[in-house]
Amino acid sequence: MSFNLSDIFKFPGGVHPPEHKVESTTQPIRTLPLPKKLVLPLRQHIGHIPKILVQVGDHVLKGQLLAEAHGHVSAAVHASTSGKVTAIDEQVIPHPSGLPDLCITLEADGKDEWLKHAPLDYLNMERSELIRRIAESGIVGLGGATFPTHVKLRPDAKHPVSTLILNGAECEPYITCDDLLMRERADEIVHGAMIMQMLLGSTECLIGLEDNKPEAVVAMNAAVAKANFNAKVVVVPTLYPSGDSRRLIALLTGKESPAKGRTTEIGVQCFNVATAQSLYRFIAHGETIVSRIVTLTGNVAQPGNYDALLGTSVRDLLQAAGGIRDNTDDYVMGGPMMGFSLPSVDVPMTKAMNCVIASTPDLFPPPPMEMPCIRCVACADACPVNLQPQELYWYSKSSNLEKAQEYQLFDCIECGCCSYVCPSHIPLVQYYRYAKSETIAQERAKRSADLARIRNDERLARIEREKLERAKKHAERTAKSENSGDNNEKKAAIEAAMARAKEQKETITPQNVENVSANVAAEIAAVDAARVQAAEKPE
Amino acid sequence: MKFSPFFTTNTSVSIVMLKVLLALVPGIIAYVWAFGSGIVVSLILASATALLAEAAVLQLRNRPVMPFLLDGSALVTAWLLALALPPIAPWWLVVVGTLIAIVIAKHLYGGLGQNPFNPAMVAYAALLISFPVIMTQWPVPLELTTIKLSFIEQWQYIFNHVLPSGVGFDAMSSATPLDYLKTQLKMHHTMEDIHQAKFFGMFAGKGAEIVASMYLLGGLYLLHQRIISWHIPVAFLTTLAVISGVFHWVNPAHFSAPLFHLLGGATMLCAFFIATDPVSGATTPKGKLIFAAGIAVLTWLIRTYGGYPDGVAFAVLLMNILVPLIDANTQPRVFGHSK
Ligand code: SF4
Ligand code: SF4
Repeated sequence: MSFNLSDIFKFPGGVHPPEHKVESTTQPIRTLPLPKKLVLPLRQHIGHIPKILVQVGDHVLKGQLLAEAHGHVSAAVHASTSGKVTAIDEQVIPHPSGLPDLCITLEADGKDEWLKHAPLDYLNMERSELIRRIAESGIVGLGGATFPTHVKLRPDAKHPVSTLILNGAECEPYITCDDLLMRERADEIVHGAMIMQMLLGSTECLIGLEDNKPEAVVAMNAAVAKANFNAKVVVVPTLYPSGDSRRLIALLTGKESPAKGRTTEIGVQCFNVATAQSLYRFIAHGETIVSRIVTLTGNVAQPGNYDALLGTSVRDLLQAAGGIRDNTDDYVMGGPMMGFSLPSVDVPMTKAMNCVIASTPDLFPPPPMEMPCIRCVACADACPVNLQPQELYWYSKSSNLEKAQEYQLFDCIECGCCSYVCPSHIPLVQYYRYAKSETIAQERAKRSADLARIRNDERLARIEREKLERAKKHAERTAKSENSGDNNEKKAAIEAAMARAKEQKETITPQNVENVSANVAAEIAAVDAARVQAAEKPE
Repeated sequence: MKFSPFFTTNTSVSIVMLKVLLALVPGIIAYVWAFGSGIVVSLILASATALLAEAAVLQLRNRPVMPFLLDGSALVTAWLLALALPPIAPWWLVVVGTLIAIVIAKHLYGGLGQNPFNPAMVAYAALLISFPVIMTQWPVPLELTTIKLSFIEQWQYIFNHVLPSGVGFDAMSSATPLDYLKTQLKMHHTMEDIHQAKFFGMFAGKGAEIVASMYLLGGLYLLHQRIISWHIPVAFLTTLAVISGVFHWVNPAHFSAPLFHLLGGATMLCAFFIATDPVSGATTPKGKLIFAAGIAVLTWLIRTYGGYPDGVAFAVLLMNILVPLIDANTQPRVFGHSK
């Protein structure tokens, strides 16, 4: 099972930020006490909002389905403890926009009573049935991407998957939840991977870890050997962002996923280790996803990893980590390279929340004054996508959005390497987020303008048609008495109207808005708000 | 509200520029050793002028003065210009040159990061065209002369044009080897004869070749510090060596040897400090290779056939013009794209 270092490939660029992982790895994973109240946002994943199945006042059990996956890409939400649904309303969620979103609030009854659940007889199940069941599990990518897992496990005849990759690289500084999970629950991860292997029909399984996690490597190797699973644990050099799935795939296979396509086009599917573990818990025990492991670190009294119920407020989390220490002025969700400041400490923990860093002005000092770009291309040397950040900056700053797109703005993964190395302290990524959101907002504005024109054309046509119809009806009425075809006509009209409405709705949604980072989504919200304000302003 | 990344490396424009200045120090020490302390006077003059001019222009342009003054870029420009000028040039030449570099070549184009041309080279070229005689008079290497001016005497000469009694200007100045070579070749002397002249050292100008080696040393430090990448120095020096090597091999009597080109004139200064100016140079890896090779070809052409003794300044400026074109056509393949 050993792997030669020479078998490891490379990706361009990358940086070595200080790791700060030791702080949170001295203690084993601890379990949080049951909170009194849990708030479950419906949108904890990429994709459509799920359909709510409960009402205020309902008593629910732990693991019970509260909202079911709705649409092609969507994920279910479950009760993370037993108790009463006390509210279904909009609340502030952990999103950089700080905007509220629909949430289900549970009041815990303190019993933490599970819904009856049983292992799935997955070996004797139709594959499609199994996928359908997994769609009910609520499992999404737990590395932070939160893409619904069952969608990635669906068989795709056009792009068969030959290589399954488990991502245990965890390259962001401070975050250690996957490290601890691999150390303590390696067996479950490996069994999850075996189930994935079976579902995908892949023939090879590679598990990628950075070389700063020797304990996890040992544990994973042991688990692979114990399970007699034909997988390779591959240790890659510590280099941010090796944990980005496309970078990791390149490291392990030497293949580049097409920029505009999916990784399956090169026969690879990649999952986070925690996702595999959750899948195992669901298949082997029937447990839907109700908790996750979160790293609490930075300016807290007891940094470490905590197994916490989804919906627990960040305030409760930090309390459990011994509370915050003096001077804390900000809470960062995710790592320092790609994370964002939480809008409030009262937001709930979601499936995406792998880490919360209590920060102080010393820990993350405000950046020094922004200087002009000196074209030193330190940024280009650091970019893992091989972009030219200094050009993107130039075009983003001057709002030359077309040029920015020509320089592949949308290939930027917002990893922050460029900002990290820039001697002029230019917040480059922030410029790209702005340019991306502005592009999307403009596209959307253009589409709705087109739509308005179409609507107007339709209205004129309708008026014309109605005039004709009235004339016709008038003529008919004079010929003979009324008949009862009216009802059908109405139905048809309603159907047509509905079809039209549906069509319109589809045209409004711009394509890439679903897959942008949370930070960009926040920017879009800001841009939209500004637009609304501008529109409301009297001339 | 702060945004990710929440921390950055401990670097700044000032640190980058400081390292460049540091890398020039060995060359300056060798310079003093070989030609006397006149260069120190020029460096001080240029630095003071540059800082004052920078501060004044920033004030006029309503920009924050201190952060930009401390970024060190004006000092780098000043030092490069001073090192390119003859060290026995009168004070006003240094001052005028520095003003041209800072006020016209840098700030009229928008200041730090905006100048399409290398400011030091703009100033150098302007001076060369305006004052060709002064610009081609270089001090005789100390090794070859009994006249050793003290720092004070240098100072007096530079400011008042007064030499100690009994010392004539001709005794302490001469043409540069590059210049001499060209005139002699025109007079149909062979290379071998020309190299007998006393100011030729092992490979190039006596003393100058030591200074050049020290620039090389400083350049290696910059490479090690990742302030510059290998592309420009390597492409520049290799191209220059190959092109001069081929011609030298074909007709050694008429064309100088590669080492003469590499260690002579401003070659090493150009390879590591001038052509590598990030602001006015090409940025893509392939672009840097083309940019530097272009400078080498032009340098060799001007040195061999042109009317000026050294071609580095004009070569750099000409290639500066092409930078946008080069960059646009040498974009590297983006990850996950087929080309
Ligand atoms: S690192 Fe900063 S200063 Fe250097 S080229 Fe990139 S954006 Fe410009
Ligand atoms: S943030 Fe974008 S441009 Fe900057 S290094 Fe990462 S991928 Fe490249």
